[in-house]
Amino acid sequence: MEAKILSILTGLRPEFDFTRSKDFIEDGMLDSFDIAALVVELDETYAISIDGVDIVPENFASLEAIKNLLVKNGARP
Amino acid sequence: MNFRFSGRKISGILTVLPANEVPFEAEIANYSVSPAKSMKLKLAMGYNKHRIVAGDVCASDLCVFGLEHLFAEGLLKKEDIDALVLVTQSPDHFMPATSNIIQGRLGLKQDVLCLDISQGCAGYEIGLLEAFLLLGQESIHKVVLLNADVLSRKVSRRDRNSFPLIGDGASITVLEGGAADSEIYANVKMDGSRADALIIPAGGFRCPSSPETGAMVEDENGNLRAKDHLVMQGDAVFNFVQVEVPPMIESLLRSAGLPPDAVDYFMFHQPNRFMLHKLADKMKVGHDRMPANIVENFGNASSVTVPLAMTFNLGDRLTRERLKICMAGFGVGLTWSSVLMDVGPLEFCGMIDYA
Repeated sequence: MEAKILSILTGLRPEFDFTRSKDFIEDGMLDSFDIAALVVELDETYAISIDGVDIVPENFASLEAIKNLLVKNGARP
Repeated sequence: MNFRFSGRKISGILTVLPANEVPFEAEIANYSVSPAKSMKLKLAMGYNKHRIVAGDVCASDLCVFGLEHLFAEGLLKKEDIDALVLVTQSPDHFMPATSNIIQGRLGLKQDVLCLDISQGCAGYEIGLLEAFLLLGQESIHKVVLLNADVLSRKVSRRDRNSFPLIGDGASITVLEGGAADSEIYANVKMDGSRADALIIPAGGFRCPSSPETGAMVEDENGNLRAKDHLVMQGDAVFNFVQVEVPPMIESLLRSAGLPPDAVDYFMFHQPNRFMLHKLADKMKVGHDRMPANIVENFGNASSVTVPLAMTFNLGDRLTRERLKICMAGFGVGLTWSSVLMDVGPLEFCGMIDYA
């Protein structure tokens, strides 16, 4: 699951190396529009709909946080 | 706060849109991000094109144009209008009220109540509520509800947070007495402690416009705007909508004693496609029953988006059928509001261009 998330993130912001950051938000790698675009791709990839109340920056701050968010919203690895 | 009415109906809806249509691609160069990123934003949010006024067109111009069309087509008589309620965030002047200006320009009778309401995205439901209350008076038989905004004039063209989605327009909704067995349910909530989430900081009495408030300043995301421009905390507004709107609709349906499946359409305010799809999914409502196609075709013209969603998606159908519609608005204030009622068959339900 992490490899797939990383691939989507890199496709979204190819100028960044997401493996070298501990906090994508703090490091300025994802803004709110990136998060919206990311949610659309994650929803399609995992055939889920991430709950709107979960779409807050802290849930997109790291690979682990995104993985936890996906699992919470019914995604299967 | 819950409201309940009976014996009232909508008899016609007309929306008026500026003929000036601008494609999203034509504005990409204004934004600080790369064209590739802008195109991803377009896909996620549903940005495509928007209608914005050219030059110094005001809210009253759109309303007068639409009302004159209705008079000319014989769909509304001047002498029948007992109250003119205008909901706008972009009045022609601080004073007098724009509804008075419209009354004067059209030569309507003096025996009429003109009323401006300062509301935005939730303003269609607030306006309906006011109209339903006025129809409780013996002297008021017909209310014309006007929703109009030209907020593109107050949004920086270099603000990718707000300019791609902004739209201008007006709607005219005629309301009058209806069948006594037709129940209408409404719900309104306000939270002024979050008023800064959507605001035009300067230009009022708190912070009058000056050369300083007109100076463009770059924010942390590279958007350029002045204090005289509209500023939106997009994250806060998104979260507010996702948290507050579903329980409001649940409460509304509960007070009406109806399951979600009893509603034909959920006609909600249209901030962007992404936000509406998330709401629909949360509420387990099919996307076909909650249209999200207004921003991509016309932009978000504040309180006009709900009547526009009806004229654009259901226009002819609403002149023939009666549909149970749940309307909802959410935004500036913060305010969130909803109305559940039967709509149709209407005497008119259409759209015209202002040129």
